[in-house]
Amino acid sequence: MSAQESALRSYWDFYLAGMRQRIQVGFQYRAATYMYTVGMLAEPVIYLVVWRTIANQHGGTINGVGAGQIAAYYIVWTVVRTFNIVFTPFGWEWRIREGTLSAQLLRPIHPVHYDMADFAGQKFPWLVMYSPLAVGLALVFHPSLHPRPLEILVFIVAIWGAYVIRSLNHFVLGMLTLFTTRATSVFQIWFLAELLVSGRLVPLSFMPHWAQTLAAWLPFKWTFYFPIESLVGSMSTQTLLTGLLWQCLWTAIGSVLVFVAFRLAIRHYSAVGN
Amino acid sequence: MKLVWTYLRLGVLNEMQYRANFFVAIVQSLLSVAVSIAVLALVYSHTDELNGWTESQLLVVLGVQILLGGVIHASVQPNIERLTQEVQDGKLDFALTKPVDSQLIISMRELQLWQLVDVLSGAIVIGVGVSRLQTSVGAGHALAFLALLLIGASLLYCFWLFLATGSFWVINMWFLSDLFEGVYQVGRWPIGVYPGWLRYSMTYLVPIGFAVTVPAQAMTHRLHWETVLVAVGFAAVAFLVTRRFLRFGLRRYSGASA
Repeated sequence: MSAQESALRSYWDFYLAGMRQRIQVGFQYRAATYMYTVGMLAEPVIYLVVWRTIANQHGGTINGVGAGQIAAYYIVWTVVRTFNIVFTPFGWEWRIREGTLSAQLLRPIHPVHYDMADFAGQKFPWLVMYSPLAVGLALVFHPSLHPRPLEILVFIVAIWGAYVIRSLNHFVLGMLTLFTTRATSVFQIWFLAELLVSGRLVPLSFMPHWAQTLAAWLPFKWTFYFPIESLVGSMSTQTLLTGLLWQCLWTAIGSVLVFVAFRLAIRHYSAVGN
Repeated sequence: MKLVWTYLRLGVLNEMQYRANFFVAIVQSLLSVAVSIAVLALVYSHTDELNGWTESQLLVVLGVQILLGGVIHASVQPNIERLTQEVQDGKLDFALTKPVDSQLIISMRELQLWQLVDVLSGAIVIGVGVSRLQTSVGAGHALAFLALLLIGASLLYCFWLFLATGSFWVINMWFLSDLFEGVYQVGRWPIGVYPGWLRYSMTYLVPIGFAVTVPAQAMTHRLHWETVLVAVGFAAVAFLVTRRFLRFGLRRYSGASA
């Protein structure tokens, strides 16, 4: 086995171990995991109810999108949201203050991998907990969902792509905390921009044209709108595959930014440790 | 009262050490309000009214939600989070062994003063909403509004404390803030918009309907006196039940400190 193969194998084993550990923790604290899932459900249900009400007031559709499609969008939204939960950039302040970053820097693997393995494992307990809730939502809101096998396949790849892109973006944002203790406002601006032009708040087709154009040049839509629409919408095969390529591009950009930002930021780090 | 005043003063002095956080809080609040108004504008670009509520009336609902959110984030959330953490760490003994009412001391040890910026933002949004209403707001409506705001704040406090009391059994309550933040967003829209099952659960199980929509109804001439009576009665029952549940939970607490 070459050195490269050996390194890849080590990373694979590391990710498997990290995920396995997180899955066990998730199932150990079932009540906590379930309550968190219930809290997360509120956001899509609110959006769904509001837009469905408007659709019903206007003959059953908004911009050509029917109430059943709106229901499907927000039910699938919750799965995608689950995959978009990554280590928060706010957490870096805590890591610096408590000194846990010092310990992480002594380890042989880049800190980003610990978070990515950990949060990847969390997805499985959440999905198990969410499944009965999704059935309940489907019974109440009657979604219109008829995906092709290719769309299901692209969706499975796209939700992991969304997870990787958002993890990398948040890691880069988190590096700001090594330069300033007032990075919170920057994070807020980022999150609000994401809320508006990612498809998290509303399907992008409900947004004004300028917002849709802006969204095309930002990474946000590839973490929410594209994965959801890959399953719910009726995208052509070419659009689906092009979308995956866009995700690859944003993953590459994010990886380079993580590499550069981490090297720059860590020079500003004066150790607080235990 | 002397004890409450002392803790309040301590909280203010503590926050005054970090004055720059005031400006951070202002920026955050402005951004949050701007996005909320943008969402309202987006919704009303597709319709003229939502279940009978006009855009101006919904501004009042939004303002109440932001204002009460400021109260919760400044005074209720930090205290409740400290309670759950201390139960987990076994440090609650330090509060319980003091010669004052346990619920009182548990509920007033922390104050995040700068979060009160949201109270101001919410009041401004309410003011803008009211100024755009077709009808004027009389003194009676304003008084009813203030009284219902107080009832709403106490109901939300009871809800937080009731959930946090679960930490005596569940121990790990890291989800509490996320759960509340998620559910509290329901209050951004009038409770009547939601389907029956959600409307009733968000009124009687999670009292967001009483806390946010009912005060907003007072300012928008939608309030019935029966609703006020039910809100007052419900708040009294919620307070008593929460207090008894906390005492029941405290009996289970064994502590872990040395």
